[in-house]
Amino acid sequence: MSEGFDLERVSRFEWVLPQTGDMRVPGRLFADEETVEQLRADVAAKTEWNSLRQLRNVASLPGIVSAALALPDVHPGYGFPIGGVGAFDLDEGVAVVGGVGFDINCGVRLLATPLEAKDIASRLPQLVDDLFATVPAGLGSEGELRLSLEEIDRVLEQGAPYVVGKGYGLEEDLTFIEEGGRIPGADPTAVSRLAKQREFRQVGTLGSGNHYLEVQTVEKVLDPEAARAYGLFAGQVVLAIHSGSRALGHQIGQDYLKEMEAASRRYAIPIREKELVCAPIRSEEGRRYLAAVAGGSNCAFANRQVIAHLVRASLDRVLGLKAAEVRTVYDIGHNNAKVERHVVDGVSRELLVHRKGSTRAFGPGRDESPAAYRAVGHPTLVGGTMGTASYVMRGTVAGMEKAFGSGIHGAGRALSRKKAAAKYWGEDVKKAMEDEGILLRAHNLRGVAEEAPGAYKDVERVVEAATEVGINRPVARLRPLAVVKG
Amino acid sequence: MPFEYLDHTADVALRGIGATPEEAFCEAARGMWSLMVDLDAIRPEESVWVDRTAERLDLLLVEWLSALLAEKDVSGLFFSRFRVSIERQGGGHRLVGEAWGERLDPARHQAKLEVKGITYSGLRVVREKDRWIAQCVVDV
Repeated sequence: MSEGFDLERVSRFEWVLPQTGDMRVPGRLFADEETVEQLRADVAAKTEWNSLRQLRNVASLPGIVSAALALPDVHPGYGFPIGGVGAFDLDEGVAVVGGVGFDINCGVRLLATPLEAKDIASRLPQLVDDLFATVPAGLGSEGELRLSLEEIDRVLEQGAPYVVGKGYGLEEDLTFIEEGGRIPGADPTAVSRLAKQREFRQVGTLGSGNHYLEVQTVEKVLDPEAARAYGLFAGQVVLAIHSGSRALGHQIGQDYLKEMEAASRRYAIPIREKELVCAPIRSEEGRRYLAAVAGGSNCAFANRQVIAHLVRASLDRVLGLKAAEVRTVYDIGHNNAKVERHVVDGVSRELLVHRKGSTRAFGPGRDESPAAYRAVGHPTLVGGTMGTASYVMRGTVAGMEKAFGSGIHGAGRALSRKKAAAKYWGEDVKKAMEDEGILLRAHNLRGVAEEAPGAYKDVERVVEAATEVGINRPVARLRPLAVVKG
Repeated sequence: MPFEYLDHTADVALRGIGATPEEAFCEAARGMWSLMVDLDAIRPEESVWVDRTAERLDLLLVEWLSALLAEKDVSGLFFSRFRVSIERQGGGHRLVGEAWGERLDPARHQAKLEVKGITYSGLRVVREKDRWIAQCVVDV
């Protein structure tokens, strides 16, 4: 092992990267042995993109509190590792571009129907065709909602409530979106005109890459009390929407990488990786960046709200389900930075929590959770890979203590896109899924190969590690019935 | 091959290679657009101009590629042909470039991956013996 990358094992799924050199706090990693071996191999091979180095770098930033965290789905990102969490003191700490990334508030919305899989088996092909035709997906697709510059500003400020007001979805959806679908403090003047122009035709579009829309069934309830609270039951048909803030978020990321580079120099903050450019939270630059991120996050909530509306329209046409029969179980992001209250060393304090490829996962008793979920903690939505299981999990008391109330977000890539495309053929992946009875509609078959299930870590392993270490608890296992890809 | 892709776990590292920095920048642009669409199918019907400055050549590469990326959403154009000139300006560099392309037509074009942003990871514009390399990782 190289100097400074020696992990100490605390328990089967818990490791510490001791505080050495410039680190202000230790690194803490929740992962199984196989993942740790991969990270060590990357260090040994001097791989340029290396999660342990990124964890060290995050732990070296000003004002970081307790520890830089990596969750079980960790893999190399930009600045922060994916599966990374960094909490910062509001006075001493920094807002970090790489702690949020390009796809601001990318996340998952889960919708629940009252139907069971057996009720819809014969109409499933028709449903997936209708969804494929209805929800704009793939590169170059345009949403039916065309917004003016002024309307984009309202989306930035108001998020999901704004589009609900325009007739997209139901008022009660808002209760079941993280932060009510609107993060306060968004400032449209902190977002460039170019970012807004890029969004004119993109609200209500799924995107491409790892984004998807899935029809799923609750295969197994693993936590009956929480499942009851969430309104989930075995056999039930649910739908998952994975999308983000689209081009607007991408452009905010691009713009602020540049602005914050200048800020980092101005405030003499050493930058170990370009995507870790940052500014003090209380500085004008830091404030502007966070106001832009809040806007981007609101745009993502609005985007998923519009997509949910389109999905309901399909469900009505094909299955005769009325909008009110299709409930929002939850909507939660996995790329954001938000001010939250946490207890650190026995003291309750406000922190800026960056989550890059990780979700909020608040345990029982927190006011931020919808009242109906407060006793069990709010749900987290863990995307599997195309064609494999997904999970509904929940936050725990241990997760509040160990991980700033954070949760895993997905399986995490194991193979590069290049390797995956060389190893798998889109047609073969499609056929293999159809042999399993899973329907697939995709705009781009190479994209299918790159997203082949074998290109990801086994979601079961990631869920097991998060469960064993106690930061999240599994509530239900979801099996895909049909997949729509960009 | 004047552009190539390197291995990267989550995203794509691309590298444009040319006899001059200008050629390497054009190849990097071709490399990026080739991720999104089949270049041969994109007719050079309309063009846009890009005029950007940066302190260093590697930062200029990010400017160039991110400007082209934004165009796909603003003008709707997808590009296949590029021309670039780079000159020194003040303490830095200025790029003036033109990109030709057309709007997507589902009947003729198969859109591929969406590039979300140009990162600073592995960013490199260097001369290696008799060739220039313009390299960066794009987030997809």
